Amino acid sequence: MLVDWQQIIEALWQTVVMVAVSLFFSALIGLVLGIILVVTRKGHLWENKYIFTVLNAIVNIFRSIPFIILMVAVIPFTRLVVGTSIGTAAAIVPMVLFAGPYIARLIENSLLEVDPGVMEAAQSMGATPWQIIIRFLIPEALSSLVLGATIATIGLVGASAMAGAVGGGGLGDLAITFGYQRFDTIVMLITVGILVVMVQGLQSTGNILSKKIRRR
Amino acid sequence: MITFDQVSKVYGEKAEGVKALDEVNLHVEEGEIYGVIGFSGAGKSSLIRCVNLLEQPTSGSVTVNGQNLQELSPKELREAKRNIGMIFQHFNLLNSKTVFTNVAMPLLLSKTPKKEVTKRVYELLDFVGLRDKADSYPDQLSGGQKQRVGIARSLATQPSILLCDEATSALDPDTTNAILKLLKKINQEYNITILIITHEMGVIREICDKVAVLEDGKVVESGSVFDVFSQPKTTTAHNFVSTVMHDQIPNSVYELLQKQDAQNKIYRIVFVGESTGTPLLSQIAKQYQVEVNVLFGSITELQGVPFGNLIVQFEGEEKEINRVIMHIHQQKVSVKEVLEDVG
Ligand SMILES: Nc1ncnc2c1ncn2[C@@H]1O[C@H](COP(=O)(O)OP(=O)(O)OP(=O)(O)O)[C@@H](O)[C@H]1O
Ligand SMILES: [Mg+2]
Repeated sequence: MLVDWQQIIEALWQTVVMVAVSLFFSALIGLVLGIILVVTRKGHLWENKYIFTVLNAIVNIFRSIPFIILMVAVIPFTRLVVGTSIGTAAAIVPMVLFAGPYIARLIENSLLEVDPGVMEAAQSMGATPWQIIIRFLIPEALSSLVLGATIATIGLVGASAMAGAVGGGGLGDLAITFGYQRFDTIVMLITVGILVVMVQGLQSTGNILSKKIRRR
Repeated sequence: MITFDQVSKVYGEKAEGVKALDEVNLHVEEGEIYGVIGFSGAGKSSLIRCVNLLEQPTSGSVTVNGQNLQELSPKELREAKRNIGMIFQHFNLLNSKTVFTNVAMPLLLSKTPKKEVTKRVYELLDFVGLRDKADSYPDQLSGGQKQRVGIARSLATQPSILLCDEATSALDPDTTNAILKLLKKINQEYNITILIITHEMGVIREICDKVAVLEDGKVVESGSVFDVFSQPKTTTAHNFVSTVMHDQIPNSVYELLQKQDAQNKIYRIVFVGESTGTPLLSQIAKQYQVEVNVLFGSITELQGVPFGNLIVQFEGEEKEINRVIMHIHQQKVSVKEVLEDVG
């Protein structure tokens, strides 16, 4: 084996940081975008054709660019934000740009699944638009939102592995530089194994959490 | 309390839009239970939704408590809505919240102090008989229980008006009756004006004081439940009435109608209120030279007034039968010859 366990643990830590930090920011962006995509649609709380159409198009554009290309394309922007285009911090920027619109779609879908009757009841009670979002829409969609967040997190784990390609560090980087380019099968197996366990763990946690929220 | 003045509602663009309501005029008095009945697509939901502006009327005005809600600011409108409770066919409860929180919701929205909320919610749950379910979730309840939660929620802000959109349509007959009794109790104990939308005439018969029949967005008939049931003027109203009144003439009677001649005639006699008690037929049989043959009969109670419907055959001299009819008329009882072509 060309690497020691110390390096593997370090790489794991980098992956965790990349995923956690980019999840935080992309969830923030996704939540805002997702809610706007729902409430500006026809017949909804703040119907607005222009905002909806523009945001919808932007989300679609970002969603259609493959991550590896997005990563390269946004290098100038990355430099602007974190001062460098190489390293863990630099990988987080494209990851956020990749996952934000994706999470926006997931959140949009979850919120749209909420029974329109519940919204109607909210309106009949004289709830303000904000109250409808905070007290009715989000709680009713929560269990489905958690599932969406799980999918997004797993997507980010995958993206973080690719981020290795631009020197982002993390398990993916390790797998590529040692496992793939230097034919170290053991490193390859260990890193892939860790990633598999991670994804399994995330999915199970998400499922349990979602079920708990649904209380059925 | 609620007045519809020339209210029209068009969905979509004017030209090819659907006209759900067509110049509706309706007046609901304070303390009344007013029923609106119509077939699917008649515009019932559109009508009730125009009251609390879940739907904006395209033209005309709806006045609630002397206020045209369309003229209010968003803030004033939200305030006004607290005076108008609403319950729904599919209950529309928050599945993610307990029964307690569901009932508390209208109070939480208006930032009522916590202690007051708790007190009021338990009061309401007692009223609808669900105190022990406070910590359950809606999907652990039966349909009837869910509607009780919906009712408790709608009463949380102590409204003076309650709107019910097909509130019993998803329930079985027994549960329907229990919910209707509860609505009646609400009307009587809290003097809450109730507007009910339904396609079931049974609902109207059970609890309504007044009824309007809606067809293709128009009110084709309206009046007291008693009048509409005893003398429906339109075919639609008549059809709705016969779904619960069983005043349809049986086929066997129709066969007899074929054999009808001058000495053998069939009449429909409608008794209302006190006249149901008079032994009219036995008097006739004693006083006149006719044979009385009861073919069909039913008695229903409407608004606490008995309402009888008899179909009888008189056999005898034509002259004698005419005297019998005169006699019935004198008793102020409605009697009409049944001809082959009337239902
Ligand atoms: N949001 C809407 N957009 C377009 N058309 C609508 C809308 N809501 C109702 N309509 C149409 O308006 C007409 C009346 O509908 P409404 O829901 O008021 O009828 P209803 O009497 O309540 O029927 P049901 O008994 O089936 O509930 C129907 O033709 C319906 O298709
Ligand atoms: Mg309807």
